Parts: sequence; structure tokens; C-alpha cells
Amino acid sequence: MSAGGPGGGGLSRRQFLGRGLAVVAAAAASGCRVEELIGRSFRELSRDDVARVLARAARRQSARFGRPVTVDGAGPLPGVDFGYGLDLSRCIGCRRCVTACVKENNPSRRRPQIQWIKVLELDKARGVDLAHADAYYEADAVPRPGHFYMPVQCQQCRKPPCVKVCPVGATWKEPDGIVVVDYDWCIGCRCCMSACPYGARHFNWAEPDLPADELNPSTHYLGNRPRPKGVVEKCTFCIQRVRHGRYPACVEACPVGARKFGNLLDPESEIRQVMERKRVFVLKEDLGTQPQFYYFYAT
Amino acid sequence: MGRLLDFAGGCVRVLARGNRAYRAWVALLLAMIGTGALAYAHQARLGLIATHMRDQVSWAFYVGNFTFLVGVAAAAVLLVIPAYVYDWKPLKEVVILGELLAISAIVMCLLFILVDMGRPERFLHLAPLLGTPHWPASLLTWDALVLNLYLAVNVAVAAHILYRAWRGRPYDRRVVVPLVLFSIPMAVSTHTVTAFLYSGMAARPYWNASILAPRFLASAFCSGPAVLLVLFQVLRRTTGLEIKDEAISKVAELMAYAMFVNLFLLGAEVFKEYYSGTEHLLYTQYFWSGIGRHRALVPFAWTGLACSLAAFLLFLVPRTRHHPVTLNLGCALIFAGVYIEKGMGLVIPGMTPDTLGEIYEYRPTLTEWLVATGIFGVGFLVFTALVKLAVPILSGRLRASGTAAGAPPALAPGAAP
Repeated sequence: MSAGGPGGGGLSRRQFLGRGLAVVAAAAASGCRVEELIGRSFRELSRDDVARVLARAARRQSARFGRPVTVDGAGPLPGVDFGYGLDLSRCIGCRRCVTACVKENNPSRRRPQIQWIKVLELDKARGVDLAHADAYYEADAVPRPGHFYMPVQCQQCRKPPCVKVCPVGATWKEPDGIVVVDYDWCIGCRCCMSACPYGARHFNWAEPDLPADELNPSTHYLGNRPRPKGVVEKCTFCIQRVRHGRYPACVEACPVGARKFGNLLDPESEIRQVMERKRVFVLKEDLGTQPQFYYFYAT
Repeated sequence: MGRLLDFAGGCVRVLARGNRAYRAWVALLLAMIGTGALAYAHQARLGLIATHMRDQVSWAFYVGNFTFLVGVAAAAVLLVIPAYVYDWKPLKEVVILGELLAISAIVMCLLFILVDMGRPERFLHLAPLLGTPHWPASLLTWDALVLNLYLAVNVAVAAHILYRAWRGRPYDRRVVVPLVLFSIPMAVSTHTVTAFLYSGMAARPYWNASILAPRFLASAFCSGPAVLLVLFQVLRRTTGLEIKDEAISKVAELMAYAMFVNLFLLGAEVFKEYYSGTEHLLYTQYFWSGIGRHRALVPFAWTGLACSLAAFLLFLVPRTRHHPVTLNLGCALIFAGVYIEKGMGLVIPGMTPDTLGEIYEYRPTLTEWLVATGIFGVGFLVFTALVKLAVPILSGRLRASGTAAGAPPALAPGAAP
């Protein structure tokens, strides 16, 4: 299922302890979701448990939004390692990727407004100088002369600092390169937000405000499933799409073709063409995070 | 078992009785706790949006208070080392007060972490066996481990000494001495691990400095003893507890050294940032001079520095160090100085500007202030209760039935089991 692999059958130590505790009874009586308090993270579940947990999540989400929601648990395909390419010479800063991402991934719309992609407007003369970046420029006047645009989202690092610092292992890197969060295991300590050099992690400061008619009902357990209050979320390369052979929403939405995506292990993939023909760079390479998100200038 | 119940009953009776000042103080603390609880209920209902933390500044006031209090907790060591390592008698008699302070400070630390969590009900995910502690990679897991261990050691030592004294017997050196000696590396490690939690983050250049852990320890050895010095004088005046002048002036002298090191390390860091003038300077600049019109922390920075410098001078000069008025003024100043440095001065500039260069000016909300007030209320109440019990027990006024009241103090030097 994941990097940790499915747990064994029978009654595990954790289940045993969990069932034996009076806390369970107390929590159940108060209406808490016992399995989220004590129990196991998604990563440790056996295959049977996964099916049960997915069905439960689908039931709950459907009830929450009053319309059918599917919760997919598709695992990584063997021989796949996703990579992302972004052509800075093409990007015009129109932010259609941001809109598409919001529509696809079910983030909170208002208070807090959560967006997984930030498009930075930068001064050509200064280059990639984040201290002078502007993420709040007027979108109807782009591209502005003298400026270039740099979209930043989760860089799906090979050495993700967010995974290292998580005190409960609620976030991890899947074998296909996608860093995910188990929203039912995250304790909301926000260590990962402090550790992330790319501002790619976002916190649900309040109960997410997601109107039922704006919901994308086709979800993945580790991806765009609507999140609860008090947990961290992030870009997952649209795990719900890419594990079924589709492009991430931002790639589809880009009007100038600045965004490239594919399997780094497949010599025919678009991302491999970029890696072989263009000169690429990664953001903040001095921090040793080794992103799987590559910037390049095609022209 | 019966004896323990007797002990517990005696404790409850002591806590229930008290003069008007004691009752007023406890009422004030309960009011603080009540207000804090209401504010927290509000925050729990709305979520952390009730604070002014946002994605750009995702740790702030609560975590700053936590960091400061870890330092206060670590300060018990400043009494333990001279008392037990150098076997210096005047401090040995009061070292238990340092341990009681450490207990209350850690209780506050744990509460500050709890109120900062987005899903506090999931705290068991951090526990061994029940949860999935990400050990040894995550420093927060380490922090939870060392804080709880340090709490356990201090509770064990204090409980043992007090229980034995209540029964009119000296403490068991075979239990206390190893535990107290063990508490020295524990105290150092609580603050070191907390410093590593920050300094291990390459994404935040302001924290990512190897000097951070030494700076934490130096400031801790200033702020914690400042509380203890004032407390020693209050207890000496209001209770029969005998605390020698030597003990007070020795602690004050040690604080003078600690403050020199603290200020020197601060200077070293500021020099490195301003002289080299790399992009990392931005965060230091945000704290000391502001960036453009963003100057929210600048008044705090200079107030904190002024407090620390003034306190250092007061502690450095023997005459002001020995005079009660200037000594207490120095304690208040150093406390304020370190509180600003560790609270506003560490966490917020570390997060401003954020990793993509955005400046979000953070100020705590009323909810945050009230929740913090409540937690300080809990800490003071715990400390008040512990001292209220410890003083009559140690001075021999509270004894197990059947033991002669007013028997010689159980902490007599060299007392053998």
C-alpha cells in the first residue's frame, strides 16, 4: 500500500492495547472517533482494513456534503517516479493553475482561504530573489514588463524535511515520489510548516469552508479528500488523477504549456524530454532537499 | 497505603487553610485559570483561527512561551550543581525549591504545546505503544520524551524528600543523589533539544545557527534563577524557612556569569549577521530595525536588550548585587529581557519574512493572551501549592501523626538513612 507496507493479520499489539483501554469507552461515549484517537495511521493498515477505512471515509464525506463522494485508495504503480517541470520562460503569471488546483483539490475557500500554488512575481533584474517576490500582484495585467513569474507548490522533495520532523509519522513519501499527509493522523503541531523551505504546507486554521456545490466528489484518501479542521494539507501532484494516468489539474489548465509532468523512469515521458534537452534547476538547491519539481528556461 | 492516605489528607488540610493573602492569591489564580479556560473553549470551537497565527507565521506566542518556560525549568540545575556536585551546604537546603519550580514550569510547557496543537485530542499519537512516535528523526518526539522524563525525575525527588521529611526521617541518599545528578544532564538536554528543534530547520536561517543551543542555555541560567531569587526572599520573610544570605548571593553571582555569556553570544550572532550581510540578515533586521514599514517587533527588541544590559550591570557590581532593592530590580529586568528574547524575539523573526519572502506581521490576539494567562495561572497554582506543602514539612511543622512535631529538620547535612 505504502512505504511502510500493510500490517499483518490477526490482532495486533496496537489493536490489543487500543481495545483494552478504558479511554476507548470514554471516547466512544463522548462521540469521538475512537479509531482516530487510538488505532493506526493509514500507513500501518492491513489490506482489509484499508477497504473498510475507505468505505467509512466515503460514507462520512457523503453525509457531510449531502451528495455522493468517492474515496479512492489507489496505491503507487511499480516503476513510476513522478517528476514535474516548469518552464519559466513561458509562464505568464495568469494564475489559471491556481484556480484549477482549487477546483480540483477541495481546499477551504474562505477564512481560511487555502491555495496550494503560489505564483510569485519577480523582478527580472534581481532574478530569483524571494525577498522581493510579490505573490499578490494584479492578475489582469500580466505579464508586466520587467517581470517574470515563478509558480511555487510542493516540490515533492527526495529528502523532504517535512517528513523528517513530523513527530507522529503522519506524513511520508510514497514510492512514486508523492509526499502525502494522513489527515486522520496529523496532530496539527505544524512542525512540517516550519521545516518546509517552499511554504508548501497549509493549515486548516478553521473548519474548512467548502460549499457542497463546489465540491469535487471524486477524491483520494491521501489527496483531495475534504480535510477536517486543525490539520495540515498540501499539493500531492493530484494523486487522485496521476495514479490513474491523468495529468495534474494545473498541467491541464496552463494556457501556455509551461507545465510538464510525467514519469521520470519512462524514457518516452515529457518530463524526461525536458530533463534530457533543457537545463533545469531546483529551488533552494543549497538546502539539500532534492526536489522532484524542476524549473527550466525552454527558450 | 494508610500512611499515604494520611499524607494526602494532611496535604489537603494544609492547602485548604491559609490567611487572607493566601486565599486572595489563590482566588486570583483561579480567576486567571477560569478566564483562560473560557478563552480556550472559544479557540477549540473556532480552531486556531482564533489566534493571529497564519500559514506565514505558523508558530508564535504559544510556542514562544513554551520555549521560555523550558528555560525556567532548566534553571533548577543552577542550584543543583553547586549543592550536589560541589556539596555546598547553603544551597543544598533550598535546592528542592528549584525542583518545585521546574515541576511547575514543565506543567506550563506541556500545556502550551497542547493549546498550540490543531488536534489536541490526538496527543496519544505521540505516545509510545499507543501512537506512532517518529523516533529518532523528529525532534518534537525527543522533546516530549526529555520533558516528561525531566518532570518525572523532579516529581520523584521532591515527593521522596517531602514524604520522608513528613515522617520525620531524612531522605534516602541512595535514591536522591543519583536522581539529582541525573537531573543535571536532563535539564541541559531539555533546553538543548528544544533549541535543536529550531536550529535543525534549514528552511529558517534565523534559527539554523549552531550557537542557538548555547544561547538557550545561557539565557535559561538567567531567567529561572531570577524567579528563585525573588522567591527565596519572599519565603524567608513570610515563612519560617531559613535561607542564608550566602545562598542568595551565590545564585546572583552565578547569574552574572550566565548573563555575560548570554549577552556575548547575542553579540556574536548579531555581528555575524550584520557584517556578512547575506540574505540571512533579513530576519535579524526584522527584529532589530524592521523591514520597511514592518516594524512591529523593533520596540520589543530594544526594550529586551535594555532590560538585559541594565540587569547585567546590576548583577555585575557587588554592591548592587547584594542590595535587596537593586537585586530584585535586576531579577525583574532579566526576566523581562529573556521573556522578550525567547518569546517574540526567537519564534516570530524566525518566521518573518516567510520562506517565500512574504512579510506577515503577527501580533497575538486577546484569545492568545487569555489562554496564556490561564496557563500561567495553572503553573503559579501548582507552584503555590507545592511550596505551601514543602515549607511546613521541611521546617518540621507538618508531621505524620505519632511523630514529634518540630523534630529536627530532615534535611540536616550529612544525614544518613
